[in-house]
Formats: sequence, C-alpha cells, structure tokens
Amino acid sequence: MSASVLTPNVEKPAPVRSGAGWAPHMWAWIWPKALAILLVLAVWQLVYWSGWRPAYVFPSPIETLSQLGTMVQTERFWSAMGTTVIRAIGGFALALVIGTMIGILVARITPLRLAIGSLITGLQTMPSIAWFPLAILLFGLDEQAILFVVVLGAAPSIANGVISGIDNVPPAFTRLGRVLGAGPVAQYRDIVLPAALPTYVSGLTQGWAFAWRSLMAGELLVIIAEKPSLGAQLEFARQFSQAPTLLATMLVILILGMVVDGLFSSAARSLRRRRGLEVDSS
Amino acid sequence: MSAQALEVVADGTALQARGLRKVFGSGDDATVALDGVDLDIRAGEFVTVVGASGCGKSTLLNIFAGLDAPTSGTVWTATKPALMFQDATLLPWLTAQRNVELALKLRGVPRAQRAERARQLLDVVRLTGWEDKRPHELSGGMRQRVSLARCLAQDTSIVLMDEPLGALDAMTRDHLHDEIESVVQEQNLTVVFVTHNMREAVRLGDRVILMGSRPGRIVYETVIDLPHPRLMDSTGVAERAADLTTRLKAGKAYLEGADS
Ligand SMILES: Nc1ncnc2c1ncn2[C@@H]1O[C@H](COP(=O)(O)OP(=O)(O)OP(=O)(O)O)[C@@H](O)[C@H]1O
Ligand SMILES: [Mg+2]
Repeated sequence: MSASVLTPNVEKPAPVRSGAGWAPHMWAWIWPKALAILLVLAVWQLVYWSGWRPAYVFPSPIETLSQLGTMVQTERFWSAMGTTVIRAIGGFALALVIGTMIGILVARITPLRLAIGSLITGLQTMPSIAWFPLAILLFGLDEQAILFVVVLGAAPSIANGVISGIDNVPPAFTRLGRVLGAGPVAQYRDIVLPAALPTYVSGLTQGWAFAWRSLMAGELLVIIAEKPSLGAQLEFARQFSQAPTLLATMLVILILGMVVDGLFSSAARSLRRRRGLEVDSS
Repeated sequence: MSAQALEVVADGTALQARGLRKVFGSGDDATVALDGVDLDIRAGEFVTVVGASGCGKSTLLNIFAGLDAPTSGTVWTATKPALMFQDATLLPWLTAQRNVELALKLRGVPRAQRAERARQLLDVVRLTGWEDKRPHELSGGMRQRVSLARCLAQDTSIVLMDEPLGALDAMTRDHLHDEIESVVQEQNLTVVFVTHNMREAVRLGDRVILMGSRPGRIVYETVIDLPHPRLMDSTGVAERAADLTTRLKAGKAYLEGADS
C-alpha cells in the first residue's frame, strides 16, 4: 500500500462525553413515579375521608404506613418475608431450569414441537390457582405443593420465551454461522442463543410475574403452622380484622413484585440498547 | 458437489461450476435466478463479476459458498470459501472487535492470539480506535469494513465478496483496493468479487465477468491484462470499463461472436 501524506479518512472516535448528565437523568426517572405514588395516596385519603367504609376495615394511608413502620421492626415480619422470598427464588430458579430445557428441546426437535408446542401456550392461560387442589392432593399442605404450582405457573412462559426467541433468530445470522464454519454446538452457543437472549429475558420477566402470583395464591391456601409467610400474614390479618396490617402487607407484596420486575425490565432494556434496538433517549 | 459429475479437476483450479441453474419458488411464481452458468477459476485468480441488480450475483456467490444448493448443476471448490455478505451481517450483540474474533474462534484460533489478530485486521480496514463499538454505533461503510476484516479473518484461500465496498467514499475505497490487492497477493487468494462499479471491476480483476438478467447467466467475459498497479481513474482502466459497459448494456447481443 502506498504511504500517503494525506490520510483524512483515518477515523478516530470522538471522545465520549461523561459525567454531568447523571443527576438530571435520575430526576427525570424518579419524578413521574413519585407523582403517581402521591396521586394514589391522595385518592386513598379522599376515599377514607368520604367515610365509604368504617376506619377499622379501611384505614387511612397514614395509619397503614405507620403500621408498616412498626411491622418492619418485628422479627416475625422479616422471618415471614424471608420464607416468601426463599420460596420465590427457589420456585423461580427451578422453573428457569425446567422451562429453559423444555424450551430448547421443543425448539430443536420438530416432533416434540408438534406434540407439546401448543400445550405450552395453553398452560400459560391456565390460572395457576386452579392447580392448587390437585397440588394439595398430591403433596399435602406442604412446601412442595407451593413449589409445584409456582413452577407450573412460571415454566411455560420461560419455555415460550426460549422457543420464540430461537424461532425469531434472523436466518442471515445462522447463515453467517455456517459460512464461518460453526458446527451445531458453536452455532447454538455463539449465534442462536445470544440472538434469542432479549426474547428469553422477556419470557423470564413474564415468568416472574406468574411465579409471584402463584406463590401468593399458594401462601393463602397452603398455610403451614409455625412457618410465617407474607401470604399467611395476609390471611391472619383478615381473620383477626387487622386492616392496617393487611394493607401494609399488601404494600410489601406489591413493592417486592415491582422491584424484581424492575430488575428484569432494566436488564431487558440494557440488552436491547446495547444491540441498538432501542433509541437511547439520554 | 458430487465429484463424479465433474471431469477431473485440473491442478491449479480453485473453483469449478457446471450447468448451474437456480430456480426460486415454483409454478407461476418461479424466478429463474441462474441458468446455464459454467465457470472455471484458477487458484490465485481475481475474478470480478458485474451485472444489473437482481441478475443473480448474490445467488451465485451463495451457491459457491455452499449456503444454497443449485436446482441443478454442480459446484466444486478446492476449499471451503469465505463469504462476505452483501449487507454486512454483523452480530449486533458483539463489538466490532468481537465480531472479527468470532471468525477466528470458529476456525479454532487459540484465545490468546485472537485479540491481537483481530486488531491487526481492523487496522487493515482503518478501524483502529473503533474496536469497542457495536454495529449500530458504526456507519454503513464502517460496518462493511468490519465485515471485510471478518472475511479476511477466515483465512481460507478462496474469498467471495458481494459488493464489499459499495457504501464507501472514493478515498477509503481506493485505500481498500490497495489493501485487498496486497492481502490477496501475499496470501495468494482466489477471489470472486461482485461489484456494480465497472471501473472497480477493471481496476481489481484479472478477469471480468458480465452477467445478464432473466435468467441470470454469463454474457461476456474478458481477461484484463493492464499492468499493475492500476488506478481507478487511469485512462487504461476507464477505456476498458467504458467498453465493457457498452457490452453489458447490449447484453445478449455480445453473447456470441464477441472477442475483446
Ligand atoms: N430467497 C429467495 N427467494 C426468492 N427469490 C429470490 C431469493 N433470493 C433471490 N431471489 C431472486 O433471484 C433473483 C436474483 O437475486 P440476487 O440477490 O442474486 O440478485 P443480485 O444480482 O445479487 O442483485 P443486487 O445487485 O441487487 O444485489 C432476483 O430476481 C431475486 O428476486
Ligand atoms: Mg446481490
């Protein structure tokens, strides 16, 4: 190649701007959420003031929040929360393993897809609470009954995420893999699975939502003595007419579900952003 | 690729095609993309292919690469060719560097050597400093260059390139002509290079092949014996290109009885 004096087309990336924009970004993220929470509290307070229901069944936001404040100082609450969280993690992890394996098998093996492909979608529409009578028959009022239903609730969504992720890999990518000399294993490892990842993460997000709902249904139905859980706490609060505790527990359940969902969503967003599938608005 | 169907392939042949025909679809919708394509390419030869849009050039390269099977006819290649796709086809979850490294990984280059080799190749296509960008952060021409680097990373003796420099400015393109030429000479590569630019075809090719449409077929071919180094804008190249353009426009008329 000729050594040219003028090489104006040797490009160098522009220096990346950094720092500065962080705080305003956070603020833009926070204020709509803060506003929404304030609105909900305001409506709640108004309904309370209207006297629609007596205060002992429908407490005010302040009463509920202060109950939440005392509740989080008790050991019993943390042990209840611990049980629930451990069940959620265990159930979801098992659903993840089973759902992923079934998803890959169904996506790869055509007869299997014909046999149970639509069944998986069908299972997704099955309300998980409908599994409980069977689960209780099979396992008794026990941990396994809850685990069984949580897994059944979450695994189909996860499997479906895998299947549609693999189905939607652009053929251009698999052709590229063939040109580059990828064998079947490398084709999956380096091309198909990474390409399917965003859809897989959506499947996980949905799977989590189902797992969380199934778990709450389970904890209301399958109450194990000496084993406090958030669901059991709801049930006891109802039985003993402790409305503030009931609402405070509901708040905790809502927040836990949202936090985990937020984690999945932000993982999905950053995946999509890194692939240029989402416009960076900052 | 059945060996019996071909006559004994002469030593020094890199690619041989006989009676290639490719039909897409069937019935009324059928498109005859290629018909009766015969081609012999010597090892170390640089063949450029020019033809109207939709005449079947990409189809031909895909068949050469073994990605698609011809409807009838046979292809024999001395080694598995590398193919540079018409649209860069970079993997969006990998950086430029990693896209090139993937080609190295899949042909079994040890991990320790990949990064360095990929950097060298990106330097050849003038993308030093852009290694860590993802495809969507690169311009169309830059993506083509990453794709070119990845193609060179495959390290095979036959390279098929589908309009690799289509989206580049004249200066970068000239630079890459020089680079491609020197890599091809150094490694004694056999190249099939598809382009829409007749001067580029003459500038690079030992032989230029003109393709006609409907059905896609070879209508004319000629050896370019201009001395190296050639320049896109030299009169020699320009004259040959003008002559070939006339022949391409005349199309079928030149199929028989034409001599260059
Ligand atoms: N997968 C396919 N299915 C159906 N028809 C196809 C397919 N691929 C190509 N064709 C048809 O075959 C013909 C040749 O296409 P091809 O892509 O080879 O053209 P080309 O010469 O590369 O054109 P260009 O210069 O625009 O890239 C076109 O008429 C196209 O419509
Ligand atoms: Mg093409």
